[in-house]
Amino acid sequence: MNLGNLDSLTFFVPELILLGGILLVVISDISLKGWRVRINPLLTLAALLLALFYTLQTDHGSAMTLFEGMLALDNFALYFKVFLLVAGILVLLGSLHSEELAAVHQGEFHALLLAVTLGMLLMANSAHLVMLYLSLELVSLTSYVMVGYLRSDRLSNEASMKYILFGAVSTGAMLYGFSLLYGMTGSLDLFAIRDALLAQEVVGFNQVTLLLVVVLTTAGFGFKTAAVPFHFWCPDVYTGAPTPVTAFLSVAPKAAGFAILVRFFLGGLSQPAGEQWEFISGIDWPLVLIAVSVMTMTLGNVAALTQNNLKRMLAYSSIAHAGYILMGAVLLTGAGLKAMLVYLFVYLFMNLGAFFVVTVIFNSEKTFELQDYNGMFRRSPFLAVAMSIFLLSLIGIPPFAGFMGKLYIFGAVIDQGLYWFAVVGALNAAVAAFYYMRIMKHMILENDDRPPTPLRISTLNRALLVLLLVPNVLLIVFWAPIDRWTANSITLFGGL
Amino acid sequence: MIELKYFLLISACLFSLGVFGVLTRRNAVNVLMGVELILNSANLNLVAFSRYSSTGIDGQMFAVFVIVVAAAEVAVALAIVLTLYRVLNTVNLDRADVLKR
Repeated sequence: MNLGNLDSLTFFVPELILLGGILLVVISDISLKGWRVRINPLLTLAALLLALFYTLQTDHGSAMTLFEGMLALDNFALYFKVFLLVAGILVLLGSLHSEELAAVHQGEFHALLLAVTLGMLLMANSAHLVMLYLSLELVSLTSYVMVGYLRSDRLSNEASMKYILFGAVSTGAMLYGFSLLYGMTGSLDLFAIRDALLAQEVVGFNQVTLLLVVVLTTAGFGFKTAAVPFHFWCPDVYTGAPTPVTAFLSVAPKAAGFAILVRFFLGGLSQPAGEQWEFISGIDWPLVLIAVSVMTMTLGNVAALTQNNLKRMLAYSSIAHAGYILMGAVLLTGAGLKAMLVYLFVYLFMNLGAFFVVTVIFNSEKTFELQDYNGMFRRSPFLAVAMSIFLLSLIGIPPFAGFMGKLYIFGAVIDQGLYWFAVVGALNAAVAAFYYMRIMKHMILENDDRPPTPLRISTLNRALLVLLLVPNVLLIVFWAPIDRWTANSITLFGGL
Repeated sequence: MIELKYFLLISACLFSLGVFGVLTRRNAVNVLMGVELILNSANLNLVAFSRYSSTGIDGQMFAVFVIVVAAAEVAVALAIVLTLYRVLNTVNLDRADVLKR
């Protein structure tokens, strides 16, 4: 069903709340001089919570499109809306007691956080190339500014410069791919594009064009998800950006990038066939993406081995995780898609947790270097244990949540008979264990000669750490709802 | 009437020139000019396809959106170039190398 503009508004309440939130934060920031420091975070938090509440209230079961085919409304959309809003809330809470951001005025930061969340909600659900491009640019433009938020800081500025140059080029390439696709099919609607491709024989010169389209659009999505060979910006930007922003970038826009990748490739370039999808013959794009996935995890893990800066190491680690997540998307099966959603869900908590520990340590130590983490266990056992749990979860050691992500992904890959692909993934996980363990070794085993001074952690940060630890430790016990939820969420709206 | 293929040829040339400019220029503002070429090559494609097919004006509408977003993007990019200039006193990208280690 295609809903018209006015009918769509009832299903668009979360986005409208975020939009109202942006305006309120901007207004309160310029009008309330003394109070704004306290009011702005509260307004932002309220907008995000309210949007989350209304998202859960909205019925996503009957798959349809909003605004004359611009946005898809299905269970897949519901999953990503909840995911992105939760990520926004956690990052907001994590940014409240961050010394990096405390040095500058934060009014715009909260407005930008709401704007980027709004952009991601739209991006994860777009079913039309115009909507896809506009929302992707909304996310990109706001995150460029968030990265360069520390105006007087040289690193932050350089990171932002690199980010915007890479981003502009890769979205430009994606746009050129879109224009070719429009020329081939005469439509900008994803489902009409699929039908047009099915109707015509994709042979000869058309095959070359479609290959070009796949490569060029992968540049755009690869930039958002930081997949090799479009990852060059990632380590530099993650190192230079304020740590809460880095944590945000490593989770939320990446997830939105995967959502749009699935919508484009599974919705637009393949046809549903029962529990799985078949790619439209002419160009074997899953093979292209499998190659990207293998390169992504291998390069990410190998490059992370030699890093001594925690932020940079976690940047490469997040590149590697993008490779694992991509494994699920390229299988074209329901199980693969479900594994991808499970992985993203556990990745949210473990990666945000790891970055949050880095933020907390920077607050009192002003350093990201690995050797300065020596003796952290004696100074703050709580922090060292928390970091160890996040890292073990990132490796994928059972009882922690990360294990379930890897289990589902490798299980789905083996189900498809791609044994070599699973072996590559498992070998990569082993390589990854080395550098994660290295962080733990520095924190727990190595001590310097100085007498241990206790590390000060604010109560809010302590509470947030516990909040992030709980899912990592307990999810595996209460797994059934997660399993049901993700199994439900793989219903993609497939056109009329 | 000029054939469609000439438009596509010109847009392919523009795209290549844009990528070439991005890869070879060291001045941040020049790189942004390359980006503009890439965006406009896509615009030319969209408008030409829309004009030469009978599927309505979807493509032309898309091109208008792209022009608007490109303006916003340049505004943000130039602001970032300015702050970088304040810190570094240059817009040469080779000097922005603290992060490369």
